[in-house]
Amino acid sequence: MVQIYKAPLKDMKFLIRDFINSESNKIYKNSNIEQNDLEMILDEAAKLCEEILLPINQSGDIEGCKLEHGIVSTPKGFKEAYKNFTENGWQGVSVNEKYGGQNLPYFLNMFLDEMISSSNMSFGLYPGLTSNAIEAIEKNASEDIKNLYLPKLASGEWSGTMNLTEPQCGTDLGLTKTMATPQKDGSYKLTGTKIFITCGEHDLSKNIIHLVLAKTPNAPKGIKGISLFIVPKIIPNSDGTLGENNSLECGSIEKKMGINASPTCVMHYNEATGWLIGDLNKGMKAMFIMMNGARLMVGVQGLGMAEIAYQSALHYAKERLQGRSLNGSKSLDKQADPILVHPEIRKNLLKIKTLTEGLRGLMAWTGLQVDIAKIEKDKFNKQNADDWVSLMTPIIKSFATDVGCEATNLAVQIYGGHGYIKDHGIEQLVRDARIAPIYEGTNGIQALDLVGRKMPMHTGRLLKSFFHEVKEYIEKNSFNYNLKDFMPLLIKSYTRLQQVTAFIAAEGLKDPDEAAGAAVDYLKMFALVSIGYVWTKYAEISFNKLNNDPEGFYKAKIESGKYYMTKLLPETGSLMSSILSGAKSYNKYNDEYFDLGFKI
Amino acid sequence: MMKILVAVKRVIDYNVQIRVKSDGSGVETENVKMSMNPPDENAVEEALRIKESGKAEEVIVLSIGNEKSQETIRTGLAMGADKGIFVKANDNCEPLSIAKIMKKIIEKEKPQIVLMGKQAIDDDCNQTGQMLSALVEWPQATFASKLEIKDSTLFVTREIDEGLEKIEINLPAVITCDLRLNEPRYASLPNIMKAKKKPIETLSAEDLEIDTSPRIKLIKVEEPSKRKKGIMVNNVSELVQKLKHEAKVI
Repeated sequence: MVQIYKAPLKDMKFLIRDFINSESNKIYKNSNIEQNDLEMILDEAAKLCEEILLPINQSGDIEGCKLEHGIVSTPKGFKEAYKNFTENGWQGVSVNEKYGGQNLPYFLNMFLDEMISSSNMSFGLYPGLTSNAIEAIEKNASEDIKNLYLPKLASGEWSGTMNLTEPQCGTDLGLTKTMATPQKDGSYKLTGTKIFITCGEHDLSKNIIHLVLAKTPNAPKGIKGISLFIVPKIIPNSDGTLGENNSLECGSIEKKMGINASPTCVMHYNEATGWLIGDLNKGMKAMFIMMNGARLMVGVQGLGMAEIAYQSALHYAKERLQGRSLNGSKSLDKQADPILVHPEIRKNLLKIKTLTEGLRGLMAWTGLQVDIAKIEKDKFNKQNADDWVSLMTPIIKSFATDVGCEATNLAVQIYGGHGYIKDHGIEQLVRDARIAPIYEGTNGIQALDLVGRKMPMHTGRLLKSFFHEVKEYIEKNSFNYNLKDFMPLLIKSYTRLQQVTAFIAAEGLKDPDEAAGAAVDYLKMFALVSIGYVWTKYAEISFNKLNNDPEGFYKAKIESGKYYMTKLLPETGSLMSSILSGAKSYNKYNDEYFDLGFKI
Repeated sequence: MMKILVAVKRVIDYNVQIRVKSDGSGVETENVKMSMNPPDENAVEEALRIKESGKAEEVIVLSIGNEKSQETIRTGLAMGADKGIFVKANDNCEPLSIAKIMKKIIEKEKPQIVLMGKQAIDDDCNQTGQMLSALVEWPQATFASKLEIKDSTLFVTREIDEGLEKIEINLPAVITCDLRLNEPRYASLPNIMKAKKKPIETLSAEDLEIDTSPRIKLIKVEEPSKRKKGIMVNNVSELVQKLKHEAKVI
């Protein structure tokens, strides 16, 4: 038996039809599409993911990528899959039509990325990095560069990478050493070494377009002296045909814990030709424009991993016969009961299920706000949508990737020894999911972004985009009898979040280490309350659909919601206690004490 | 240059576990994933390949049934077909009614090749192609697993019980497709978007003056009875005894 996955199309369509439908219509109108089209696209993408990408997930992990004479070869089946993926136009989902894309809504792209991540997270990185590069070029580059590069990137004929990290700098890019020297013809020569470059070199596309952060000779010190450059592996002629090889190479690929079918490269630039993208010394600004999107998509990867972990574990729990139910045998015709009868197994499965379904709604709603911010004419509405996205980005990135790790680990636990051995591909999920809390800004950094930047930004305006919406919802639904099992718990957790927010804001002013210490717990609390809000809304919607519910889909939503509200949301209580006790116990802990247990 | 007409049927997706309605009047289709009948996908694929080889200029996708059948036509258009024809008719039309409707469409559109799946996975009738061939008096090639066109001759390999049978027939002709004929393509994203703009002509069985009222009375649909638990026998004679007297099969 191998990894089990079917795209959760019913759940996605529920979100499209019932959850975001109140606001998605204006997006459809603007991009001239209908709800039906989206559903057809999801169906078709699901086929590709289930039939092409999933079957090479495990084999790709085992085989991995190989570097020989500067050339990286991808595992068996990846070339064909990439060809299928790009020829069918999937690289261009959200790219502007001007460059050959389809300009489809961002929230749809999130659903598609989730399916890709579930079925083959390694594969997803190739087109994923290209999407990042496309966004960086589209938002920053000159028309000439856009016209030359974007159509080839949007079709997947060429792929893209992001080159930020160097051996001495990851989180702190002000320490960048790669040097870009201006040339008479307006181009630059780049010299330096970049590490951890995802898909920096491979054999899937005809050309690889590197976006590289570097410093020019007289640039200001630190983060304010960084510029962004486009450095193609093969220098294109002005008509888009391939010209000479650039002087850059992949020096080695990392041996790593997971995502083994995608190469993580050390890239050497040796007077490589590049061109400036955006303004001189404004490289970080250019990066930040696309960072929200990239971070949301990493969150989507976490969700994708949780989904495949859930489906695989559920399948196993139903099939694996072992022992008997404590409450009388359930399958008398069999030698033992399926392990699904055991309370602990059920609890764990429901934990993954309710977290993934809740997160999926939170993400779809956030994705929709990205779309709304793009087209909204009303200044206030646009700002509100933007605020929601900025606020939710670190929360989604961090919490969803943590859920990805927890869910894959729980799946191994449910499989027992059969999860720990390699045959079933379940331990692979743990290894693949583990990168997501690290890259695109570690989850610790995300929490600092939430507490240190997003919370005080515009004197708390971003927080209001969430707090006001939930407050209004609570006022409207407090006496909704249907929601009697939901509202009190939502209100309780919401109040806790408000209280803790005020505490952190006040303590943070006195001592930034206090706020920083609480950041990770606070982010988790925020995520739990947000998802509690989503589940309450699911329940509200579902109660109105019970009269036509032959499969029990809506009934199940309500029951799942009850599990979430009573079993997972209460964690906000312990998080609050921990936060309110302050950060002194670790911030003021004597550094000398750490090693007293083993120091000689 | 010739036209190809492809008939496609909307059926319950092959992955779905079928549930019988509690009143025994049929199977549950509400809120069930529906898709194009799998061998019909092979038919669309083959039509597109003939067109891509330059031997045909237009591929028309036809579906007959309730309003939702238009979604199945859209699937065909998203694969690359040029236009659709939707004939509104009651659900559960019998093969003869379908063949009669198709005859009318053939008279109207004048295709040289009609392609369709060898049978639908819901009712497994495997009759429509054969009946249509008789009604329009065209040659037929059923269970096609390979197709080659030279001028106005079709070279067809058929999947039969004894193995493979190779036949030559003249155009125009009716071909029913086997799953081995080809591997249907995925609809590309640009084609899905283009499919929205392609025309679907809507007709109804009444417009075409075809009586679709059923000639067969459906009495009851029920699930196959569950397999009973097996028993161990001690020896051959006991087995023979049980087969004779209990199972009454020998």
